[in-house]
Amino acid sequence: MEQHKELKVSAIKNGTVIDHIPSQNLFKVISLLGLENSGNQITFGMNLESGKLGKKAIIKVADREFSDDEINKIALVAPQAKLNTIRDYEVVEKRTVSIPDEVKGYVRCFNPKCITNHEKIVTRFFVVSKQPLELKCRYCEKVTTEQHLVIE
Amino acid sequence: MIKGKSLVSIDDFSKEEILRIIELAADFEANPNQPLLRDKVIASLFFEPSTRTRLSFETAINRLGARVIGFSDVNATSTTKGETLKDTIIMVSNYADLIVMRHPLEGAARYASEQSRVPIVNAGDGANQHPSQTLLDMFSIKKTQGHLDNLEIAMVGDLKYGRTVHSLLMAMSYFNPKFYFVAPDELKMPQEYKTFLDEKGIYYEEHRDMQEVLGKADILYMTRVQKERFSDLIEYERVKNTYVLHNAMLEGTKDNMRILHPLPRVNEISTDVDSNPKAYYFKQAENGVYTRMAIIASILGVK
Ligand SMILES: [Zn+2]
Repeated sequence: MEQHKELKVSAIKNGTVIDHIPSQNLFKVISLLGLENSGNQITFGMNLESGKLGKKAIIKVADREFSDDEINKIALVAPQAKLNTIRDYEVVEKRTVSIPDEVKGYVRCFNPKCITNHEKIVTRFFVVSKQPLELKCRYCEKVTTEQHLVIE
Repeated sequence: MIKGKSLVSIDDFSKEEILRIIELAADFEANPNQPLLRDKVIASLFFEPSTRTRLSFETAINRLGARVIGFSDVNATSTTKGETLKDTIIMVSNYADLIVMRHPLEGAARYASEQSRVPIVNAGDGANQHPSQTLLDMFSIKKTQGHLDNLEIAMVGDLKYGRTVHSLLMAMSYFNPKFYFVAPDELKMPQEYKTFLDEKGIYYEEHRDMQEVLGKADILYMTRVQKERFSDLIEYERVKNTYVLHNAMLEGTKDNMRILHPLPRVNEISTDVDSNPKAYYFKQAENGVYTRMAIIASILGVK
């Protein structure tokens, strides 16, 4: 079954496969990983059937591996994501993502009166709770929840 | 060690540091003219007007012998020409030894403290923090009760948006208090603060009617109930008189009980209370000067 789904997106020789991304967040993941500006060969599929997620998306990036710090950025929008590192068509490592204790730079504070929404400031949040997601702004000290999460 | 620290939020100061400020404030009250900062320049940057807070800080600075630069009206500055807060702070921090600032946006003081070469004292950032108010409240409580431990504190009025009650609650949590929260349903203490108290094992009760708690309180902390906070104006009309304190209501309260209010008051404390010896709010405002002297002197390391 898994084999059959894999074929919907062409196989890569070396690189990374990111699976179990919620379809609606595919482009957020692409942007968080900075893939829009990447010269690597990238293929992705979305609205693939998945029991867990309803519709899932998958991204394959050729000739590229990711550090934990890079990959944990996507934890806010794809907490169930699974990463397979591929070398010579073989999966050599499987990883999951985890929400870091501090989130820096890609989430907007939901508070319209927060200084970060008025000047060019890199946002910073302390993760107060991972499930449900609660991010406390270092500046205005208000908590942004999953419901109000905006990724830049 | 307070020296060199910014004071942005009340939780930037430990229990010991809070106690140190209170002790120093008492020292400045006993001897208010101590020109310890004769060679210092302190910036007072008010990006939004607040005459009361500004006068209190500038009195403190003058009594310490330092000189003040700054502005009380943002319209007179280049901020209106589009200068960023960052640029203003970097520039001023090259001139002054410490910056006192008030700003309408939340988080402005924390951000300024990251840009500045010199310590920042937050004199209010929007609805977020106003730590010198909390410290002067605690100095007032200590003075009127002789100690801070095991007190019964009633907080009345707008407990939802009132930043002073939130900061006071956090800071008093070091001293095993009992809280009575009295508010209309629309303006109740937010859940996050109740969770905080639950986690610390601190006792609290919630009430709608202050008569139920007046007899128990050592401190009665009154706040304004503002019409614009209500989504339901019928509800406002119904409750507005419930949160007004009259002198007759003070019958049967504890002898040591004192009434605090961050000021300005509108009508939530009737003027017939003013002459009651339990009314402490004007003295509380005066305590603000000594508290601010203590904050500035300890950050600049002369006390
Ligand atoms: Zn914020």
